[in-house]
Amino acid sequence: MLVIEQLSKVFGDLTAVDSVSLAIPKGQMVGVIGRSGAGKSTFLRMVNRLTDPSRGTILNEGQNITALKGRDLRLWRASCAMIFQQFNLVERMDVLTNVMIGRIAHTGFLRSMTRSFTDEDRARAIEALDRLGLVPQALQRAGTLSGGQQQRVAIAKALVQNPRIMLADEPIASLDPANASRVMDALREINRTDGLTVLVNLHTLDTARAYCDRIVAMKDGRVQFDGTPEALTSEKVRQIYGTDDLSADINEAVTSISLTATSSRQPVKAFGT
Amino acid sequence: MTALTPAIDQFEHDYATARRSALRLNLISTLLFALCFLVTAWIGGFFDMTDVTLPGGERVSMWKIWAGLPRLGEYLYKTLPELHRETLGADLAGWFWRWKVWLWLLLETILIAYMATLLGIVGAFFLSFPASRNLSPNRWVLNVTRRFLEIIRTVPDLVWALIFVFCFGVGPLAGVLAIGLHATGALGKLYSEANENADMRPLEGIKASGGSWFDQIRYGIVPQVVPNIISYTLLRFEINVRSSSIVGFVGAGGLGQEIRVAMSLQEYTDLSALFLIVFVTVIVIDMLSEKVRHHIIGLTGKGI
Repeated sequence: MLVIEQLSKVFGDLTAVDSVSLAIPKGQMVGVIGRSGAGKSTFLRMVNRLTDPSRGTILNEGQNITALKGRDLRLWRASCAMIFQQFNLVERMDVLTNVMIGRIAHTGFLRSMTRSFTDEDRARAIEALDRLGLVPQALQRAGTLSGGQQQRVAIAKALVQNPRIMLADEPIASLDPANASRVMDALREINRTDGLTVLVNLHTLDTARAYCDRIVAMKDGRVQFDGTPEALTSEKVRQIYGTDDLSADINEAVTSISLTATSSRQPVKAFGT
Repeated sequence: MTALTPAIDQFEHDYATARRSALRLNLISTLLFALCFLVTAWIGGFFDMTDVTLPGGERVSMWKIWAGLPRLGEYLYKTLPELHRETLGADLAGWFWRWKVWLWLLLETILIAYMATLLGIVGAFFLSFPASRNLSPNRWVLNVTRRFLEIIRTVPDLVWALIFVFCFGVGPLAGVLAIGLHATGALGKLYSEANENADMRPLEGIKASGGSWFDQIRYGIVPQVVPNIISYTLLRFEINVRSSSIVGFVGAGGLGQEIRVAMSLQEYTDLSALFLIVFVTVIVIDMLSEKVRHHIIGLTGKGI
């Protein structure tokens, strides 16, 4: 259980995240939605402490995350893997090394500096790449891969971290629809098979509806809605996105990633192992 | 002029105004620049007068720069060796009469530059990360490393050479340390600028995987900046070859001591021979380093 209490982040005059309290049971897939600037990213980045909270606490299985420092903090980051919108891979290095970087928190200083990961790490990395169908690209430079492939490399890297929680910050915002589906399918497969808690920031409502058990909507740093996808009515959507000037309903198909441009999804291709 | 729409008329009017003010700005800045140039030239003695005796015997006062220019030609003319087609071999041998000493000193010059560049690479590489605004662990470390790099590169290598000759005596050791220290400062600045231009996203990716500061540098920054580091370093090597042919002036090894002796003994043809040696060496190193640079830039990312 990941318990977040009164979590806030203040940048100067701006309160990016304002007293967010959430309890997320193990194994839940949570979609975080909201307008740009609603505080979604900052919220996610506070969970793995890439951004330090101004106030509030994060507890994971009773462990106080907000107080972690040094090596404990690095181990926490390793145990809640993060996936970024821009993939954040080392583009000039090969895919395999990029995945092995997922073991960096458990790699000694000298091994890390000399780039000599253990055979066990290499085995884990290649297994993860196999699971995401990227073994043929293992020795290519990461920068030469397509966006969708790079994001799957990032997921493979996240997997070798052996995480308890997976954070994904707009993982499909830079991808075309086909790749976006593959990445979201991969995340859901990991959620279902490995029982990982997944927190994913999305700006496509129908993706959130299609993949997530629970949707948390943020507006101006606050939680505006928290419930199942079914409970997210178009009235609520209007409140979240604050479209007072738009008389019509928000058409979810406009931002849809689904290839048929409807909120009902095609059957998912069998994935993985 | 045909009137199109009021918006376009307004645009034409605004455009003309913008053009006029741009022209005015150009004119003013050109005048200011010219004024500054004239003032600095005057301070620098460009308009000083000197008395010259003309061939006719009369003495006139004229601008120093006109009076001095012919002497430059005279000096260069004196350095030209006398070469005749019939006795070319003997003339060349006469011109490069000390070639054994010079070749040895040339080797020493290149080795000084090589050693100094190695010292510079090591020092600058490790100091460049704390000296980068985006990577430094805190402001204190940033400022201390930056000031240190500034101090060691602000002092010219010739001055460092003087100090090290005093400490370690005459010889190439002083030259290596002097040029190495100066190169550390100069390269450290360039490397840290390369670091500051690096894409920070990979670093964040590594940090999010639990990487320490060193891991972030090793995997996030180093692969990105290696091509820059290589080209700056090869460029620095060329500069160091030039420097190491000068530090001999103060006894820190290399060809410089020969240049100094030739100058003070007014052995003009020796000077041109030495100049030719340095010139050819620098050109060869320049060409080689460009080849190596392009080759290595193509390779990076595979092994680093």
